[in-house]
Amino acid sequence: MIATPGRDDLADRVREGAAGRKAGGALGVLQGRLPMRAGDLLLKVVTGVVAAGALIAMLAILVFLLRDSWPSILYNGWHFITTLTWNVGSLYSRALSHRNGATAAFGAAYGIVPFIVGTVLSSLIAVVLAIPLSVALALLLVEYLPARIGESLSFVVELLAGVPSVVLGLWGIAVLIPWIGHDFGPWLSHWLGWIPFFRGPIGSGQGLLASGLILTVMITPIIAASTRDVLRQTPRETKDGARALGLTRWEVIRAVSLPWASSGIFGAVVLGLGRALGETMAVLMVSGSAANYLPSNIYSPIGTMAATIVSQLDSAMTDPTGMAVHALAEVALVLFLISVVVNVPARLLLSAAARRGGPETQ
Amino acid sequence: MIWRNLKDRLMLVIAAVLALVLVVPLGGMVWLVISHALPALNFQLFTEVTVGTGGGLANAIVGTFYLVGLGLLIAAPLGIAAGVFLGEIAPASRFSAVVRFTTDVLAGVPSIVIGYFGYVTMVLGLGWGFSTLAGAIALALIGIPYVVRSTEIALSKVPRGMREASMALGAPMTTTVWRVSLRSAAPGILTGVLLALSLAIGETAPLLYTAGWSSYMPSLALTHSPIGYLTYAVWTFINEPFATANALAYAAGFLLLLFIVVVNIVARRLIKRATVG
Repeated sequence: MIATPGRDDLADRVREGAAGRKAGGALGVLQGRLPMRAGDLLLKVVTGVVAAGALIAMLAILVFLLRDSWPSILYNGWHFITTLTWNVGSLYSRALSHRNGATAAFGAAYGIVPFIVGTVLSSLIAVVLAIPLSVALALLLVEYLPARIGESLSFVVELLAGVPSVVLGLWGIAVLIPWIGHDFGPWLSHWLGWIPFFRGPIGSGQGLLASGLILTVMITPIIAASTRDVLRQTPRETKDGARALGLTRWEVIRAVSLPWASSGIFGAVVLGLGRALGETMAVLMVSGSAANYLPSNIYSPIGTMAATIVSQLDSAMTDPTGMAVHALAEVALVLFLISVVVNVPARLLLSAAARRGGPETQ
Repeated sequence: MIWRNLKDRLMLVIAAVLALVLVVPLGGMVWLVISHALPALNFQLFTEVTVGTGGGLANAIVGTFYLVGLGLLIAAPLGIAAGVFLGEIAPASRFSAVVRFTTDVLAGVPSIVIGYFGYVTMVLGLGWGFSTLAGAIALALIGIPYVVRSTEIALSKVPRGMREASMALGAPMTTTVWRVSLRSAAPGILTGVLLALSLAIGETAPLLYTAGWSSYMPSLALTHSPIGYLTYAVWTFINEPFATANALAYAAGFLLLLFIVVVNIVARRLIKRATVG
């Protein structure tokens, strides 16, 4: 049996369509007030429950990490994010350290300031370098190159965005580290040595600079791909109009494309920042895995939160009190919270940019 | 006018130079991996398992496919179902907006955090130990957001008229979803699944904490049995002081790049067919 939609139904649908342009032709909207069958209801409920899975997963991650890191939160308190020393304590001592009802190996203390600093500094280097590179790349793809070449190059950029981080790490170990240690480091120290942070000693090449550069190579294709998508949404008519007024391509980019895309580009950059903050393997392979001290210059070995979770696990599992593993869980918890704080505004900006662009963007 | 044209040209040159700055390291990386891997490529790579710091990569190759395949088997139906809800059934509802947003944020959670979550809940909590299933579920959690979003986008491109025609024929929602919407959105959805696949192939951090590592051929046991995979081979064997081990690392890296390129080319073909047909 088929119900004929009346005038009211049509009006409803127009209104619903206006509420979400994306929803325009979707089944749920077309269905409107048509009667639902049992199978349809089942479909709605099942897919709805599965869709809620994302919410459940996020909540579960938060709850389980919080639960597993609870002893560490009790034992370390605020010292965890305000002190420098990561010390699992004396694992062979009979004596144990107690604090706030939590037990750890004797003399254990956990502070992750060096890891936070290492994470933030290496990601900042990457973002600062990746912005001009990725925007230039996206402008080439969208504005300058002929559509066909831009199309194939876009594919290459997407491929590069998918290079596994361990493979980048291979390159980091074989090429980047020796290059920084022997060539780039001395050169940088020579020319920028008047800035204390850029003065040597340079060391082996493993460290903050290597981490920052490898993250740059990693996130530039990612930011470029999103920026390209945003730039493509720039209204054709406005750009053609500007060209017709006699503006050069660069002037059109400056006056139309970049202002129009700016919030979307910003979102893409923050998304890239999120990737850099959470990257594990590539950084682990070139950072030098330092702990307990802050980097004294841009060549110093560092540790990041993500890399530390991997590099410390083996030693943490030897702690009979289990506190070292709980402390690593707290590192994961802090990293999780940071990633949420970074991703939420980035996604808001990107979806606002997409809404302006029309129904077909991500 | 001359100055404005010059400036235009100058900016093009600057953009091209900046793009080259990126091409050099990435091109160098591809060359490095290929040139070091080619001498190491031989038949026993695919037939022998790793022994100490030498041998072949058969266990890691099979393990990668096993983990990724199982992961997709979990991620694809869940991701597509969620995508159908967001794109087809309740696209404009507030609940969907919240879910859509959360899915995007989930995609941004560092993979090591997902790995640690899997370690706490499955490896320790459920007592599975390092195992295939724990690794596959961790990979699924990472891949699902991509499947969801590409399903939703593919569905949004299905012409409204096709659904209207189906409904006008009296087809219930379920039939319309199965026979009309999903069918015509299939290439786009498959592309999303392939994207998740190529992402999963290259993951390391979440597997270290869930799948562990094993030099034996993977068994069919889903739990209580660690499993090898290619990314682990890259990571550990490059740090060994032996040339044979380093050669294995490059060979594993080469295979990873090869798999990912193949998956991406297939995905691209599908997109082309979807937009033409």
